[in-house]
Amino acid sequence: MSVLMILAAILVLAVAAYVLSRQRVLASTGGNPRFLHSLPGYYGWYGALSVLIPALGALVIWLIVQPMVIENRISTNLPAALTADATQAELTMADIRRVAGGLDAAIGQGALTEDAASTLSTGSTNIRDLLASVGVALAEDVSPEILSAAQDYREISHWGAAGRTALVIVLAALGLFWGVTRAHKDFRARNRVEQVILALLIAASSIAILTTVGIIWSMVSETFDFFTKYPFQDFFFSLTWSPNFRGGSELGILPLIWGTLYITLVSMLVAVPIGLFAAIYLAEYASKRTRAWVKPLIEIIAGIPTVVFGIFALVTVGPALRDWFAEPMGLGNSGSSVMTAGIVIGILNIPFISSLSDDIINAVPQSLRDGSLGLGATKSETVKQVVLPAALPGIVGAILMAASRAIGETMIVVMGAGAAAKLSLNPFEAMTTMTVKIVGQLTGDTDFAAPETLVAFALGMTLFVITLGLNIFALWIVRKYREQYE
Amino acid sequence: MTDLSAADPGFGRPKRSILTASDRMRRRNAAETRFKLYGVIAITISLTMLAIMLFTIFRDGVSSFYQARLAFPMELSAETLDPKGNRNRDEMAKVTTIGYQKVLAAAFKAELDRRGIAQEGVSDKEIGELISKDAAGQLRAEVLANPALIGTTIDASVLAAGRIDGYLKGRVTLETAERDSNVTPDQLRLAEQLRAAGMLTSSWNWGEAAGLGVALLGSAYMMLMVLVMCVPVGVAASIYLEEFAPKNRWTDAIEVNISNLAAVPSIVFGILGLAIFINFAGLPQSSSIVGALVISLMTLPTIIIATRAAIRAVPPSIRDAALGVGASKMQTVFHHVLPLAMPGILTGTILGLASALGETAPLLLIGMVAFVDNYPSAPPEGFLDPATALPVQVYSWASRADPAFIERSNGAIIVLLVFLVVMNVAAILLRRRFERRW
Repeated sequence: MSVLMILAAILVLAVAAYVLSRQRVLASTGGNPRFLHSLPGYYGWYGALSVLIPALGALVIWLIVQPMVIENRISTNLPAALTADATQAELTMADIRRVAGGLDAAIGQGALTEDAASTLSTGSTNIRDLLASVGVALAEDVSPEILSAAQDYREISHWGAAGRTALVIVLAALGLFWGVTRAHKDFRARNRVEQVILALLIAASSIAILTTVGIIWSMVSETFDFFTKYPFQDFFFSLTWSPNFRGGSELGILPLIWGTLYITLVSMLVAVPIGLFAAIYLAEYASKRTRAWVKPLIEIIAGIPTVVFGIFALVTVGPALRDWFAEPMGLGNSGSSVMTAGIVIGILNIPFISSLSDDIINAVPQSLRDGSLGLGATKSETVKQVVLPAALPGIVGAILMAASRAIGETMIVVMGAGAAAKLSLNPFEAMTTMTVKIVGQLTGDTDFAAPETLVAFALGMTLFVITLGLNIFALWIVRKYREQYE
Repeated sequence: MTDLSAADPGFGRPKRSILTASDRMRRRNAAETRFKLYGVIAITISLTMLAIMLFTIFRDGVSSFYQARLAFPMELSAETLDPKGNRNRDEMAKVTTIGYQKVLAAAFKAELDRRGIAQEGVSDKEIGELISKDAAGQLRAEVLANPALIGTTIDASVLAAGRIDGYLKGRVTLETAERDSNVTPDQLRLAEQLRAAGMLTSSWNWGEAAGLGVALLGSAYMMLMVLVMCVPVGVAASIYLEEFAPKNRWTDAIEVNISNLAAVPSIVFGILGLAIFINFAGLPQSSSIVGALVISLMTLPTIIIATRAAIRAVPPSIRDAALGVGASKMQTVFHHVLPLAMPGILTGTILGLASALGETAPLLLIGMVAFVDNYPSAPPEGFLDPATALPVQVYSWASRADPAFIERSNGAIIVLLVFLVVMNVAAILLRRRFERRW
């Protein structure tokens, strides 16, 4: 039975359990639901759940464990030469799976009978041609070891599938029996069902933790792998970045960090003044109507995908900066540059800074402003000397978060900053960032044993640590220096 | 007291009226005006940038929805297209696309001769090059699908070559043609005559040649899966955290995690997808299901934050009333709190999906940038097929140097922005329609 059929069978049994339990519990009170502990539906659900949980659980575990067990048994029977090291063993297993799949396809299309497939030998038939005729192309001829392993593989899989079906159906039937026999008027069905729902809710909220664990695990294990192939002092302190897939690469992170920080600096120089002044104007000066129009318009910027900003950098900002500034000033002739990427990221960050600061400025109590105005200060003096100092921790937090976004921004720098890893002060020169290099090293054909590929995970780890650190620092500042107004 | 003031009338009196500003006051007022002006300038700059960006995209992008077409009558002669003469589809398939290309070029040339259009400086081969290379393949497919066409004369309307299209849109000029190896100025002069003769026109085109369909379908598959995977999990997590969670280390850890995940750069999620879903779990590279899993993990914090806000906005009196008439905690939440929070949850979900729709960087890492020509098959198998997404298509077109692709890329952005506007407007309308003040 295929997995889909098993699922359908489980579902049918679950529905049956629902109906039977509900009927049985109503019958136990002579059809009067007022004597039940819970509403009748809960007894039905209890029956259905006692079918679903054990059966589905067993199915999932079986599906995960079966391939591992089969491969383990097959590989113990293979000659040692085919399983010499991990890569070799993996290739051999892939071959075996492919041949087994081919045999299945041949039986499915009627080119082979079931018996013929299990007695096939490389001496009598050309397996490669046979499989090619049913649409499974193999790279080389099938060796006798592979063929017999594939035949074993098919046999064990068949037994596995049969065992899976039997186990799951038996468990489902037992669950049905259990659920239906428990249906009695004094049984606290609602409490049980609610426990299951609560467990599901807890599981859902734990996914956030699992994601973090997944991120850290995926990066730490590959980063560790990278540092066994490439010395970490070279990675952290070397001043050159020149990856070379034929070996002998120099993978120093410093030029990338320099590029990242330079671009972030430029973007902050654009975003902080504009965002902050926009927020002050909107919070302190703008009339209600202006505010109702301008605030959503600025927030539109935040809703535009970053790839659109990337095109803007590539097509409009880059050439404009090159033609009007870089070339007349003799600073270079590259359209993609630190300035291009920095300005565009700055624009992207304006709404982020302005709406966060706007909220913070609005949270400063009116009494502080009234006091200052009452002493004769002008509005701008009030803002500069009273409101801003009171809002400062929040604003610093917002700026740090914006900086962390700028550091992690990818599409704009991929399209606007260039790909040359350089340590230079000229802002009109193309430089590159960590995110650009992660994309560069991981797209296209990649070999996960080469340090040139694995370096991307080390870069990702560095990026993750930097952005996480900035965010935690920002939250800490906000908490520590926040003024409590009552 | 009165004596005192009477005795010294000059004491404490300002030297001038407060109605005329002092120098110092003038300076302070000027500072005030300047400060206000800075705010106006900041807002103007940001809105101008937004306007410039949208303007350039629409200016460059709208033309990609127009395609130049050449129209001319054409005889599909049986000798060349069906040499055996038996209209057998397999026999006819032996005539390759190149064969059809020759037929097209010959028919085009014959029409030029008939109309007496001057062709000086243009060789026969160059005349054939005015026709798009895709046109022959399309004609061949059409003829093979309908063999009855052979022997008749049809009014062919075929795509013009990319440079000719660019000429009509003003992207290619006589000056650039001098330097371009793909087109000569004489060809452009010929195209000018063709336009005057009405054979060359520019018409609305739903992007069949631009190939947006594959990307649209890929994005649709991904959004569907994100919706199915992300929303139930997000809502369940928010219900637990908002209504049931005790205050302990585990729930604290979850809270901290959610707020941190919302701030993790999107490319890190791409690395996660590559390492876990592709290398560890063995899901096929560049399939839409891997994309959807990655995007779901990214969108989850957004949806959880929005849902929690919506649940928190339901007043406690509703809960108290339900508990008071004997509902269990679970019944209170699912029968009363959740339905009342639904509009808020929906709004948050739509906004989360809108930002997920434009996400590009993580999809590059899981290989969705590969050139995908075929439509993925129907679900559920189609979820494992190689796919691409709208924003990735924008990027891969933009990374080619050819201006024709920049134009397409802008066209794709317009489509993407239209979807985003629709989603955001839907969210705003939902909020307006169902918003309740307690």
